[in-house]
Amino acid sequence: MTMRTISKPASITSRLWRAMALLALILLASAVVALWAGARQIDLAALRSDPFAQTLFFRLRLPRVVMAALIGSSLAAAGAALQALFRNPLADPFTLGVSGGGAVGASVAIALGWGARVSGIPLVIVAAFCGAMGAVVLVHRLARTGAVVLPGALLLSGVVVNMVAGAAVLTIQYVTDSTRALQILRWMIGSLDVVGFATIERMLFFLVPAWIALLAFAGDLHLLAIDEETAATLGVNIRRCETAVHVLCALMVGVTVAVGGAIGFVGLIVPHAVRLLFGEDLRIVLPGSFVLGAAFLVSADAVARTALSTTELPVGAVTALLGGPMFLWLLRRRQRYSAL
Amino acid sequence: MNEFHLLEACDVRFGYSPGVPVVSGVSLAVARGSLCALIGPNGCGKSTLIRLFAGVLQAQAGEIRLDGVPLHGIPRKEAAKRIAYVPQSTAMAFPFTALEVVLTGRSPYTPRFRFENDSDRARALDALDTVGALHLASRPVTELSGGERQMVAVARALAQEPACLLLDEPSAALDLKHRAALVRTLVRLRDTRGLTALVVTHDLHLIDPVFDRVCAIRGGSVIVRGSPAEVLRDGVLAEIYDDAHVRTTRVDGRTLIWSE
Repeated sequence: MTMRTISKPASITSRLWRAMALLALILLASAVVALWAGARQIDLAALRSDPFAQTLFFRLRLPRVVMAALIGSSLAAAGAALQALFRNPLADPFTLGVSGGGAVGASVAIALGWGARVSGIPLVIVAAFCGAMGAVVLVHRLARTGAVVLPGALLLSGVVVNMVAGAAVLTIQYVTDSTRALQILRWMIGSLDVVGFATIERMLFFLVPAWIALLAFAGDLHLLAIDEETAATLGVNIRRCETAVHVLCALMVGVTVAVGGAIGFVGLIVPHAVRLLFGEDLRIVLPGSFVLGAAFLVSADAVARTALSTTELPVGAVTALLGGPMFLWLLRRRQRYSAL
Repeated sequence: MNEFHLLEACDVRFGYSPGVPVVSGVSLAVARGSLCALIGPNGCGKSTLIRLFAGVLQAQAGEIRLDGVPLHGIPRKEAAKRIAYVPQSTAMAFPFTALEVVLTGRSPYTPRFRFENDSDRARALDALDTVGALHLASRPVTELSGGERQMVAVARALAQEPACLLLDEPSAALDLKHRAALVRTLVRLRDTRGLTALVVTHDLHLIDPVFDRVCAIRGGSVIVRGSPAEVLRDGVLAEIYDDAHVRTTRVDGRTLIWSE
C-alpha cells in the first residue's frame, strides 16, 4: 500500500481555529438570545431610552449571562480535564463528587456566616475549594491501583463521595440555625441570580489564572488521555500534571459551586459534544469545551428563566435533565468496547 | 561507562510493597545495536524491569543508565527522543484515530504550545507503513483488534525515532504474518539504523535466530544470560521455567521449543 491512499489529514492548527471560530459563533448567538429572552423582552430602542430597561439589562440580565458563561466554561473545562486525567469518558466534577465536596465546604462556610473572610477572600470560596480538593484527591486515591485508575472504582467512589457529601450538607442544615439553614437550602438549589459585576470580578480573580494554567496542560492531558505509562515515557511529568489538574479543577469547581451551587453534568455533556464535532484531540477538546461550556450554560439558563411563565426553573435541574440521559447513553456505549 | 552498552541496569532493586522485592539486584547491560530478549516465567519481574528501563518506575536502589548517564538525570523530553516503550496493555478509553496515537510519538520533538507539523505527520504515516498498519490510520483505536492496537502502539514508538526500543510482549496478540513482520522490522532497523531493542517475550520462537542476546529472569534476579544458542536448550529452559518437560530441537537453523 502506498501512502497516497491515505488522504492528508487537516493539521491540528487549522482544526483548532476552525473549531474555535464555530464555537465562538455559537457562544455569540446563545448570548444574544439569552440577553433578549426573559419575562420582559428588551429591544434596542428601549435600551437607548428607557432607564428601567437599562437597569434591567446592565444590572441583572448582562451580569447573569456573564455569570452563566463563567460557570459553564469552568465546569466544562474541568470535565474535559478530569476525563483525560482519569481516562474515563464518564468523569465530570459532578459524577466524581468534586461538586459534592465543594458543596460541603460551602455549606460549612454559610453555616459560619456568609460574610466571613480569610485574608480578604470570602470563606465560602476557600471552603468550597478545600472541599472540592479533598473530594478529587480522595476519589483518585480510592480508584488508583498502582499505575492504573480503575474506571468502575472511580465512578463508585464518586457516587459514595456524593452520598456522604449530601448527608453532610443535610447534617449541617440540621444543626445550624433556621436562617442559615434556609440560606444553605436556597444556595443548594443553585441559581445564577446576580446583581451587578462585583461577584463576577471576584470570580474572575480566581478563574482567569486557573483557566490559563489548565489550558497550558492541554498537551500533557492529550498524551495522558491515551495512556499514562506512554505519556510518562513521552516526557510528561505525571505527578506534576496530576497535582496541577487536581488543584485547578478544585479551584474552578470550588469557585463556581460557592457562587452558583452544584450545577451538574455540564462537564459531561459539553466535552462529548465537542468530541462529536471536532474529534478526540484534547488540544481541541479542552479549549473547545471552554467556549461551548459557556454557550451551553447561557442557553440552559435562558431556558430555565423562560420555560415556565409563572416561575424560574433551577438551572441545575435543566442541566441534569439533559445530562442524566446522556450519562446513561455514554455508559451503554462504553460497555460495548471497554471494561468498566 | 562502557561505550559498548547503550542501556544498563546496575544492581537495581524494586518492589511494589515494602519487604516484597519484585526486582532484586539486577545488573544487565544491553549492547548498542543489538536485539536482546528478556524471558522468564510469569510474575518473575520482566515487565517491572522493562518499566524501570523505560523510566515509568523509579528504582528503589541501584541505577538505570542510558549511554552511561543515570536515566533520572536526563530531561524527560530528551530521554523520550532516545528511548521508546510499548506497554503490554494497549487498551484505550477514547476513540482516538490510529494516526492521532502514532502522532503522539512526535511530541518529544514538538515545542510546548506548538503542534505537530507536516513533517511529523509524514513520519507518523511512515511508521504506520513500516508496521503494515497504514490502512488503519483513520480508524478509531477502540474499534481495532488487540493485534491491530499492538501494531499501532509499535508504530507510535517508531515515530519517536528512538535509539532504543523497549517492547513488553509485542507479539502477544499478533497473527503469524504480523508477528513475522514485526521481527523483520526489528532486524531491518537494527541493521540499517543501529536500533537497540529490549523485548520481553513469552514467545520463544521469536528469538532464534534473529536476537543477539537472551536474558532470563526468575524470582526478580537474572539467572541465565547468553546467545540464543546457549539459552534455548532443554536443560537451561527447564531451569528457567522450572519445567522438566521442556524439549528443544533444531529444524532448518531454528530452535523449536515445546513442553511435553
